[in-house]
Amino acid sequence: MTGRRVAITGMDVLAPGGIGVASFWDLLTEGRTATRGITFFDPAPFRSRVAAEIDFDPYDFGLTPQVVRRTDRAAQLALAAARGAVSDSGLCSEELDPGSIGVTIGSAVGATMGLDQEYRVVSDGGRLDLVDHEYAVPHLYNHFVPSSFATEVAWQVGAEGPCTVVSTGCTSGIDAVGYAVELIREGSADIIVAGATDAPISPITMACFDAIKATTPRYDSPERASRPFDNSRNGFVLGEGAAVFVLEELDAARARGAHIYAEIAGYATRSNAYHMTGLRRDGAEMAEAIEVALDEGQLNPGDIDYINAHGSGTKQNDRHETAAFKKSLGHHAYRTPVSSIKSMIGHSLGAIGSIEIAASALAMEHSVVPPTANLHTPDPECDLDYVPLVARDQIVDAVLTVGSGFGGFQSAMVLARPDRRMP
Amino acid sequence: MSVTAVVTGMGVASPNGLGTKEFWSATLNGKSGLGRIQSFNPAPYPARLAGEILGFEARDHLPSRLIPQTDRMTRLALVATEWALADSGVNTADMIESDMGVTTASSSGGFEFGQNELRKLWSLGSEHVSAYQSFAWFYAVNSGQISIRHRMKGPSSVIVSDQAGGLDAIAQARRQIRKGVRLVVSGAVDASICPWGWVAQLAGGRLSTSEDPSTAYLPFDHRASGHVPGEGGAILVMEPAETARERGATIYGEIAGYASTFDPQPGSNREPGLRRAMLSALANAGMRAEDVGVVFADASAIPELDRSEAEAINAVFGRGGVPVTAPKTMTGRLYSGAAPLDIAAALLCLRDGVIPPTVNVAPDTDLGLDLLGPEARAASPRSAMVLARGHGGFNSAMVVRVPE
Amino acid sequence: MSNKEFTLTDLRRILREAAGEDESVDLDGDILDVEFEELGYESLALLEAGSRIEREFNIRLDDETLTESMTPGSLIKVINAQLAITS
Repeated sequence: MTGRRVAITGMDVLAPGGIGVASFWDLLTEGRTATRGITFFDPAPFRSRVAAEIDFDPYDFGLTPQVVRRTDRAAQLALAAARGAVSDSGLCSEELDPGSIGVTIGSAVGATMGLDQEYRVVSDGGRLDLVDHEYAVPHLYNHFVPSSFATEVAWQVGAEGPCTVVSTGCTSGIDAVGYAVELIREGSADIIVAGATDAPISPITMACFDAIKATTPRYDSPERASRPFDNSRNGFVLGEGAAVFVLEELDAARARGAHIYAEIAGYATRSNAYHMTGLRRDGAEMAEAIEVALDEGQLNPGDIDYINAHGSGTKQNDRHETAAFKKSLGHHAYRTPVSSIKSMIGHSLGAIGSIEIAASALAMEHSVVPPTANLHTPDPECDLDYVPLVARDQIVDAVLTVGSGFGGFQSAMVLARPDRRMP
Repeated sequence: MSVTAVVTGMGVASPNGLGTKEFWSATLNGKSGLGRIQSFNPAPYPARLAGEILGFEARDHLPSRLIPQTDRMTRLALVATEWALADSGVNTADMIESDMGVTTASSSGGFEFGQNELRKLWSLGSEHVSAYQSFAWFYAVNSGQISIRHRMKGPSSVIVSDQAGGLDAIAQARRQIRKGVRLVVSGAVDASICPWGWVAQLAGGRLSTSEDPSTAYLPFDHRASGHVPGEGGAILVMEPAETARERGATIYGEIAGYASTFDPQPGSNREPGLRRAMLSALANAGMRAEDVGVVFADASAIPELDRSEAEAINAVFGRGGVPVTAPKTMTGRLYSGAAPLDIAAALLCLRDGVIPPTVNVAPDTDLGLDLLGPEARAASPRSAMVLARGHGGFNSAMVVRVPE
Repeated sequence: MSNKEFTLTDLRRILREAAGEDESVDLDGDILDVEFEELGYESLALLEAGSRIEREFNIRLDDETLTESMTPGSLIKVINAQLAITS
């Protein structure tokens, strides 16, 4: 491989049931679930009444009252994760050229929660068509443009290089990291604080997923509501969260003796050009993204030790990606453990891709494959090894993680050990 | 040697002209698209002017199946894309689907669609919210809908960095072309002129409260007091120079250089990042300042931001060292759509040898800019630089030049 | 007993509002036994139409109704059966 390579040297995760990397990893490897009946608002009018919520207090993460006032919950989650990631990386930002540091934050739905709450007020409960500006919070513009998430993180970490938000629906969390990798490879930045955040558990989001029956209507036992690949699954469980990484040029990271979680070895994205919400059964475009990502990382299908699936728990997704794995990895698909952590922490839209990259890196770090919780009776059409219920001890040298989202986006990323033998 | 990315087609939806020809002729003639808001009653609000695209009837341009599921910005983007592809002369049906991608910018998504569904949610109940709310308002929707309509399965993306995002998206399209993608639809269209969008923009604190379209948006003028927002933008078709030439395409110009930076945190008293972005974009293009024949300014019309932009331009090009123009004085600021529209104008300026005017402005001579007046200026620039800054600290600079 | 009945005219109107109509299809023609897919309506369009029907006619449709009703004729039958029960 020629040219600059990119490593993860710091990370932090805020996920339902797992704030911080250690507690997040405990949750996953113990196969516990963090889905519950919605507490943020009265879910009674909704078809789907469960979600994976985080018990999050921004003041626990050093955010000041004014930062809290001017930011949406999604931005706060990103700030908390960025702070942890930079600290974990051991980088001392005072010694760095701010112009060489960038920020790339993924988010599918931006400040949805803030916008929902503010609209309710300025419209006086939907009564006013000409909404009343005198009731708007002073920082409403920050909700209007989710680029404010990148602004807040850049200010916090002292970045003055390329900063942006990448918003490609539910693949945002992979695509934001992929975008950052390209910037480092081409030399536009040496270090990028990259990751993704979303906090969509709000009436407007629940209502729109109700309307397309994408979220599960099962709420009798909320802790068992998210059932990817199980025959009884009937929709995803909405979640929230953030994961942020410090990405660094590999040689520089080695030179300073940084802890390297993994190299981002390959990344690709494709569109299905088919439907805004629908998926074709053959998974051809996701398969192509996987093939290109493997190729970029100079890895073969047999090199992949673990597949972190999109595994949202909708029938069409689970079958679509199972087909994509078979198409891209051939017979190796049957030998490679596949799991969906959405079974435990729900689907946090744009954030989940980055949270799943974190889970993938931790699988390499700890030689453990997290399980798919709530998987008792697999869908007969989903016939791969989905690691049901119990985590598995196993050496993991390379991981494939994938995402699939509204708009037709299909993304794949491969993490590997930087010292692997290359052809 | 990396692949050269060129623009072979453009589709424009601008407040002063719907369609590239209409926009360019209006722009060269100094015709403004600013006026009192028509799409809702602006009387209750302190700002009442906007650059609206009047007379756009989506049903005249798009299949009826797409209408209920699209916000205005998506309808405009789909139409602009169709025009851009037609302009490029490319036959997408002859191309391999995964060789084509879509990379757009967005600033606030389909805000009007979101407004209407939020109103239903809070006034009628959650069961009244449309199924299309699951995607019609979100930031990725234009890239998604364009990729579906034109069967483009290659790498697609969506960049959000307020007004700078339009350039960031075109730069990402160039990256994809350098990696082997054969055609990328890029650019951006924004349209948030609705009461809910208006209240959000008012909160940004940068809207002009003038009632007179001829004095409301005056960048680089000592009377500058904020901007007039607009709607629209431009969609570009980009290809590798080699294959564009092979198929005999008309090439508007090359995306030669680009860089983006971020401002230091407020209160740091350090220099904003725009100059750095401009210098890096020149270096990225392998060019010197004197190679650039015209600068399309960001033109915020906030006095301190005008001053810092003028200082950056003077630092790079010398005081009065390059013609500077702001045709957005005729359209208002179009958020993510602004910079792609400026790129379109810059490419047309290179083609026709005429720099479009800056209207209404009496330049503050202290700023030291060679700012275009209300008349277009004949000139033969070989290259142009477009600047775009986004609320919150985003700076991007892009250099386009005539095809070799 | 409610005299409310769901007719093909209702369905045409609601489909047009909810999802528009494919230019190559004559929605006013004899469509009772033509599959929705052939009429240019996919699952999302039917979900949107279904929720409008539910609100306007004050009924509840099962999740499967919309995915399993393949033609206007079969959907109208299901809706009228529902109307008969709820009235």
